[in-house]
Amino acid sequence: MPLNRRHLLGIEDLDPVEIELILKTGESFREISARPIKKVPALRGKTIINLFFEPSTRTRSSFEIAAKRLSADTVNFSHSSSSALKGETIIDTVKNLQSMAPDALVVRHPASGIPLVLSKHVKCCVINAGDGMHEHPTQALLDMMTIREHKQKLKGLKVAIIGDIRHSRVARSNIYGLTKMGAKVWLCGPPTLLPREFEQFDVRLTWDIREALEKADVAIMLRIQLERQGENFFPSVKEYFDRFGLDRDKLRLAKPDVLVMHPGPINRGVEISSEVADGEFSVILEQVANGIAVRMALLYLLLLPGASTQVVWD
Amino acid sequence: MSARQMELVLARIAAEIVEKHPDLDNLLLIGIRRRGIPLAGRLQKHIQGLTQKNIPLGILDITLYRDDLTTVAAQPVVESTRIDIPVEGRKVILVDDVLYTGRTVRAALDLLVDFGRPRQVELAVLIDRGHRELPIQADYIGQAIQTADEEVVEVQLLEVDKAERVLLTNRELVRKKRKISTK
Repeated sequence: MPLNRRHLLGIEDLDPVEIELILKTGESFREISARPIKKVPALRGKTIINLFFEPSTRTRSSFEIAAKRLSADTVNFSHSSSSALKGETIIDTVKNLQSMAPDALVVRHPASGIPLVLSKHVKCCVINAGDGMHEHPTQALLDMMTIREHKQKLKGLKVAIIGDIRHSRVARSNIYGLTKMGAKVWLCGPPTLLPREFEQFDVRLTWDIREALEKADVAIMLRIQLERQGENFFPSVKEYFDRFGLDRDKLRLAKPDVLVMHPGPINRGVEISSEVADGEFSVILEQVANGIAVRMALLYLLLLPGASTQVVWD
Repeated sequence: MSARQMELVLARIAAEIVEKHPDLDNLLLIGIRRRGIPLAGRLQKHIQGLTQKNIPLGILDITLYRDDLTTVAAQPVVESTRIDIPVEGRKVILVDDVLYTGRTVRAALDLLVDFGRPRQVELAVLIDRGHRELPIQADYIGQAIQTADEEVVEVQLLEVDKAERVLLTNRELVRKKRKISTK
């Protein structure tokens, strides 16, 4: 049962069977990180280039650790040290990188669609590590893996995604993934951050966090991008927290075994109170651990593709 | 080999293990996925029947340690490895159904040492069919049989295959059967 594709550009392209395979493989990989020697030889001799045009510590180090635990070699290119500053176009940059014979490019870029464009110019696998306001597929995969770990399923669960939906690639990837896997997705945020375009998805929209949290199985809180505050999407941080921030009182509306998730980095007291972020329902740090497992699974599945026949090997 | 013969053979291997390791406290049985897992479980039961002692069990999935991972036609599904107790200083007995080229055992040994340094590692197999490609041999053998390279030894266990027997067939037949079953 192989993953018959060269690139991972978004969850939108995946079908439920492929998502299931990635999640299941990720669950098997989780144990490797608990071993005394946290390394398996599967990707020995493979080279993976992390090409990050946007600041990231979590995703970049998670991809790097995932690659290293599979014995691949990794190289990091970041925006500040790359030739983009010297005027090179991104296409020229990746063509140069292609000449160094990598097996995969992990790309993060502030512009939506860059991974897709790059995938047409290189021979190696391209993995989208977040592009503009488009998708962040590995975040959605690790979120689904974390939910499954606790609920043993995705189908039928009420998942509320709350916060800055408009600018969030995490929200978009999760909407695709969760609805494909049969979850009931609710989106919630102030009208300025929850545009009507989202009605095209198979989701419910609400401006009332109480309605979103009512009997929810999972609450995914999104980061308020404080650097966008100058654009006046809401009157004040205080007012945002009062209406859309997750605190203990609002959380009582959800199911008693609700999971609180956040892709990080969190703004304490803006979208989530410290009490809830550190509380018993929070699985925020488990998400980070699962991120490594699911990225290992993805690298394994993309970099060691096989034909569709089963072999005898006893 | 019939189901009855299989149980007798496993009982004999269990007796050999007990004879060789009178002090069972330090033993750990590890089944190699997939059919090594139920076989290790049955050896554990036999040993318990003989000595009232419960030997701990572990599971190895060697997929990521295969030496043909980059060339193998089909991408194997990775399943989890489970060793809940430290292998450091233990006497480990690896259990598998068929010993053939020896490459699975090589992979299992590499995987095992990533969990620590066992004091000793032994190998128990239900069938040794020859044709080794690596210098590996078993310490406990259910039955050694002479085979031709194009033949296939198929071990079927209730837990995995819903049947209980060992068959000697050939690759052509197996291929035909697979085609039918995937239709």
